[in-house]
Amino acid sequence: MDNLNNLLQGFADVVAPMNLLLALIGVVIGTAVGVLPGIGPAMTVALLLPVTYGMEPVQAFIMFAGIFYGGMYGGSTTSILLNTPGESSSVVTAIEGNKMAKAGRAAQALATAAIGSFVAGTIGTLLLVLVTPFVVDFAVSLGAPDYFALMLLSFIAVTSVLGSSRIRGFVSLLLGLTIGLVGIDSVSGQQRLSLGIPQLADGIDVVVVAVGIFAVGEALWVAAHLRRKPAEVIPVGRPWMGRKDWKRSWKPWLRGTAFGFPFGALPAGGAEIPTFLSYATEKRLTKHPEEFGKGAIEGVAGPEAANNASAAGTLVPMLAIGLPTNATAAVMLAAFQSYGIQPGPLLFDREASLVWVLIASLFVGNLLLLLLNLPLAPAWAKLLQIPRPYLYAGILFFASMGAYAVNAQPLDLFLLLTLGLLGFAMRRFGLPVLPLIVGVILGPRAELQGRRSLQLSGGELSGLLGGPVSYIVYTVVVLVLVWPLVRRFVVRPLRERSA
Amino acid sequence: MSSEVNDRIAEDTRPSGEGGDRAQYAVCAFLALLGTAVIVDALGIPHITSGTDPVGPRVVPMILGVLLMVVAVAYAVDVARGGRGEPEAGEDVDLSQGSDWRTVLLLIGAFVVNAVLIERLGWVISGTLLFWGTAFALGNRHYVRNLLIAVTLSLVTFYAFAIGLGVNLPAGVLQGIL
Repeated sequence: MDNLNNLLQGFADVVAPMNLLLALIGVVIGTAVGVLPGIGPAMTVALLLPVTYGMEPVQAFIMFAGIFYGGMYGGSTTSILLNTPGESSSVVTAIEGNKMAKAGRAAQALATAAIGSFVAGTIGTLLLVLVTPFVVDFAVSLGAPDYFALMLLSFIAVTSVLGSSRIRGFVSLLLGLTIGLVGIDSVSGQQRLSLGIPQLADGIDVVVVAVGIFAVGEALWVAAHLRRKPAEVIPVGRPWMGRKDWKRSWKPWLRGTAFGFPFGALPAGGAEIPTFLSYATEKRLTKHPEEFGKGAIEGVAGPEAANNASAAGTLVPMLAIGLPTNATAAVMLAAFQSYGIQPGPLLFDREASLVWVLIASLFVGNLLLLLLNLPLAPAWAKLLQIPRPYLYAGILFFASMGAYAVNAQPLDLFLLLTLGLLGFAMRRFGLPVLPLIVGVILGPRAELQGRRSLQLSGGELSGLLGGPVSYIVYTVVVLVLVWPLVRRFVVRPLRERSA
Repeated sequence: MSSEVNDRIAEDTRPSGEGGDRAQYAVCAFLALLGTAVIVDALGIPHITSGTDPVGPRVVPMILGVLLMVVAVAYAVDVARGGRGEPEAGEDVDLSQGSDWRTVLLLIGAFVVNAVLIERLGWVISGTLLFWGTAFALGNRHYVRNLLIAVTLSLVTFYAFAIGLGVNLPAGVLQGIL
């Protein structure tokens, strides 16, 4: 009941006219930037961080909630109208969505995506309200060794479970951990890897890393391979759905939500698996199997809902434990840190009003998104035709502005360029970006928790084994690491023998 | 899956050169070098331990340095066995041709100009140069129109962010005029 009161208080704060306006602005610019081709939700949030720099945390997070869902929705519009998913989570939406658009049903595809996102986002946020307090209660009981184990699990999950090549995932993770090492060691006060540059003593700001790797890296990469003929955009009217479309959409929305939320909430989640599961399920259950591959509305409704519900789910570990499980959550975590706020179980005690305002704004932002995007879809579609030189010039312009504004030092611009070149190289060599960002954010905290654990045991390695949680987590880590070997040396020979 | 998606996948998997992607060895070398640098830096850190911190500031960088080297070797083995990462595809990305280094160098140039001049001349001027320069680098040749857009964008962002929202952006030589 306490939480309900807190949530109601959060709503009361959000509906103040000024705050409502901020939520609206957040949704509009989030969608506008998210719709731009080549800009996924994580990059949208990273690029728009500076907008909130001058604000109070409460105002900033109200706006952020809007940007978060706006960026997500913008991405799905791009995949449907251009067949160009901005992020791996909307790959599945593009499969059927773009076919529908080509068959003249763009309006229905956009409508089922928008309404499905709203349904999934609302249910997802509701589940977030219900589940998070339990996770917080659980997280409060965790000690330093458990945290260390959980962070280790995060590292293993982003490198091994997601992505196609583990070795490349580890390369990216280690690069991130190295970047996270730069600066003064928080325990002993010694400088590490700061190369004698005083500005590096404070470390490299996570925002600079995120903007450099996501925005500058992407802009440079695309610039080097710019398609001279722009992709064709399918013109679209106002999104709407007939009775039959509603009938075919509502079940996939709910099923997609059921897939998305739990996967998002797991420390090793993400949106790729649930969107694929949702697509496969709808394909199996549909009464119109002949339409799959040619533009079946279920194939848009389900995965879009799964995608949004998973986004809401990622906020559970992000807020309650301080573990980011996807790129967008990682950037959100960086945003919290830039306000000197550390997500984790104590957040709900120390910054209760802030958290509940954020959650209330997620509801409000989601509703605004629906009201806004149904009539504005044709306008968003026009944004897809923006000349590419302006698009990427604009990305570099805003990236530079944001990175400079963090600390007001030109050195950050050189760091931004260096990180941008690193991002370029990672795209060239197929190194995933997410492990690097997670490494930068969690690396220093994992070290802190690890050293704290060893402090309790006086330096004995046994100090890393805490309560049952750490045992379970290490078991999972070992299983994840060993599984491919088992498959290679046990399962495959057995199968070959039986075959 | 649609034929179009298949086309795109087919495009991505096209090997970039004859045989394996040898440029990947450069990444391995970079990782090994980085690992060495991290270890050398760690050796320079005084080894301070105490009752509250039995580990000290050196251990984690040492572990990381060693891991970087291990991964460099493992990566090299993977490359030698023919492993390669897929270059990232995207809506505006055409991977059928080689990299356009001229554009990238011009972009870096515009970027550096902004970084060097931002404090001296201020965001409005350096930002204008940045936008105009990057648009030029990306192949847009509407010089006058781009200048107008660049100036407008810089002025609007300066007034909106620096003056309106209190974000740190320098006024530079235009201090007192803006």
